[in-house]
Amino acid sequence: MSDLDQQHSIEKAQSPFAEAWDMFLRNHAAVVALVFLLLIVLTAIFGPYIYPTDPFEMVWAPFSPPGQEGFLLGTDYLGRDLLAMIINGAKVSLLIGLSAAIVSVVIGVTVGALAGFYRGWVEEVLMRITEFFQVLPTLLFSMVLVALFGASLPMITFAIGIVSWTAVARITRSEFLRIRELEYVTASRASGVSNMRLMFGVILPNALPPIIVQSALMVGSAILFEAGLSFLGLTDPNVVSWGQIIGSNRQYILDAGYTVTFPGIAIFVTVLAISLVGDGLNDALNPKLRQR
Amino acid sequence: MKFLQTTLTRVFYAILLLIAVLVLNFSLMHLAPGDVADTISQSMGGADQELLDQIRADYGLDQPFLVQLGRYIGGVLHFDLGFSFFYNQPVSQLIIERIPATLLLVVSAQLLALFVGVLLGVMSARKPNGITSHFVTFLALFGYSAPVFWTGILLLIGFSLKIQWFPVAGMQDVTIEGGFWVHFVDVARHLVLPMITLSSIFLALYSRLSRATMMEVLGSDYVRTAKAKGLTSNQVVYKHALKNALSPVITLAGLQFSAVVSGAVLVETVFSWPGLGTLAFQSIIARDTPTILGILFFSALVVILGNLLTDMALRLVDPRMRGRG
Repeated sequence: MSDLDQQHSIEKAQSPFAEAWDMFLRNHAAVVALVFLLLIVLTAIFGPYIYPTDPFEMVWAPFSPPGQEGFLLGTDYLGRDLLAMIINGAKVSLLIGLSAAIVSVVIGVTVGALAGFYRGWVEEVLMRITEFFQVLPTLLFSMVLVALFGASLPMITFAIGIVSWTAVARITRSEFLRIRELEYVTASRASGVSNMRLMFGVILPNALPPIIVQSALMVGSAILFEAGLSFLGLTDPNVVSWGQIIGSNRQYILDAGYTVTFPGIAIFVTVLAISLVGDGLNDALNPKLRQR
Repeated sequence: MKFLQTTLTRVFYAILLLIAVLVLNFSLMHLAPGDVADTISQSMGGADQELLDQIRADYGLDQPFLVQLGRYIGGVLHFDLGFSFFYNQPVSQLIIERIPATLLLVVSAQLLALFVGVLLGVMSARKPNGITSHFVTFLALFGYSAPVFWTGILLLIGFSLKIQWFPVAGMQDVTIEGGFWVHFVDVARHLVLPMITLSSIFLALYSRLSRATMMEVLGSDYVRTAKAKGLTSNQVVYKHALKNALSPVITLAGLQFSAVVSGAVLVETVFSWPGLGTLAFQSIIARDTPTILGILFFSALVVILGNLLTDMALRLVDPRMRGRG
C-alpha cells in the first residue's frame, strides 16, 4: 500500500460520512442506480431545453410508430410527440414524488418524535391517529381528496403525503423510544437542555439513519402513487405526467401499444433506481443490519 | 379470560375508529364545494334561491352541523349511505351489487399470491443461491417498482390482443348461452388476467418474507432433530418447518386489506371488472360525492374488520400472542 492510500484509509476511518460513502460504493447495483437516477433528474431539469418539442402540440399523424418520421418514440393518439411528453412528464413525476415524500416525512417525524418523546397520553392519542390513517384505504382516500378539492399539483402532493406518513411515524417513534433512555440523552437533560432541543437537536440526529432509508423508498412509492392518480385522470390537465400519458392512451392499445409501454418503462426505471439507491443507503447507514 | 378481555378492548377501539371514519366522511362532504341541492338543481337545469332553500330544508341541510352529523351516523347504522343522484339508486344498494365481483377478484388474487409466493419462498430458502432465489429477488424488485396498472395493460396487450387467449374486458360474456359450467368457465377466463395482475403486487411481498422466515426455521434445532431421526428433506420442509414459517406470512397477508383495496381500484379500472373499484373510478369521474364517500366508508369498514379478525385468529392460533394487549 502506498503512503497516499494509507493516508486515505486513515481519513476514511475518521469521517463517518466517508465511511458511509465507502459502504455505499460497495453496493454496485446501488451505484449504477444512482447514476441512472442522476441522469433522470438531469433529463427532468434540462430535457425540455435540449429537446424543445412542445408536448401538447400535434406534430405528426396520430399513431405513427416509433422510429419513423424522425420521432424516436412515435406519436400518441393526438399526434403528439411521445418522447417530448415523457421528457416533460419527468418533471411533474419527480417533483410530486419528492415533495409528497417531504410532506409525509415532516408529518411522520413530528408525530413519531412527539409520541416517542413524551410517552403517556400524548403517545396514546398520536398512535390512535396513526392507526386511523392506516385503516383508510390510501389510494381511495387521496382519490376522494383530489376529486372533492380540485386536481391542482399542491392538492395532489398533499393528498399523497397525508396518506403515506404512518410508516415514518412508527419508525421515528420506535427509534425515539430506544434513544431517549440512552445516557447521553439523560446527561443533556440533566444539563438543562430544553425539550425542543432534546427532541430535534439531540435525539433526532441519532434516529436519522432508518428514517433516511424509509424516506428514500417513500419518494419511489409517491411517484407510483402519483402515476396511479393521474392514470385515473386525477391530475392537473395543464401538465404532462407519466401516469397521465398511460391513462389517456389506454383506449388505443390495440393500435399503439408503445404509447403505454414507454411511459411505463420510465416510471418503472425511476422507481427501481430509487429503491436500489435506498438499498445502498441502508447498507451505508445501517452497517450492523448488513451482516445478518 | 385474558383472550376475551383483549378482544373486547380491540372491538371497542375498532368501533371508535369506525366513528372517526364516519366523522371524517361527513366533514369531507360538508367541506366539499357544492351540496345535494346544487346537484339536484343542476340535473333540473337550474333552480331559483327559493327552490334551493326548499330542497335544503327537505334534506335537513339547514340544520346545525352536529345535528346533521348525528343523522348521518344514525342513517349509516341502518346501512343507509345516502342516495346517488348519478345512478339514481341508494348508495348501499350500489355497493352491495358490486361486492361479489370485487370479492371474487380480491380473494382469488390473494390465494394465488399466497400459494405461489410461499412456494417460491420455500424453494429459494432450500437453495439460497439457486435460480429460484435470484428469481424471487428479481420479482421483489419488479413487484415494488412496476405500476400495477401498467403491468395489467402489458398483460392485456400480450395475452388478449396479440395472442388472443383471454377476453379483453368485463367479467362475463353476455352473449354466451349454456348451463352453470359454461358460465363458470367464461367467468374464470375473464378472471385470469386481472387476478394475475392484482396478485403481482403481493407475490413479491409474500415470496420474500416466506424465504426469510423459512431460512430462519430451517436453521432451528427442531428441524435438525427431525432430520436426525431420518425424515426426508421434503417431509421436514412441508410437515415440520412450513407450519411455523407460515405464521408471519399470514400476519402480513392480514395487514394488506388497505393495499388490496387500492390495488383493486386500479386493476378493475384497467380490465373494466364490474366491482367496487370500477364503481369508485366512475363515481369520481361523475363527481358523484355520496357514492365516493360510501365506498370510502365501506372500504374502511372492511379494513377495520379484516384487521380485527386477523388479530383474533392469530391470538387463537399462536398461544404466545394471546396475552398481548
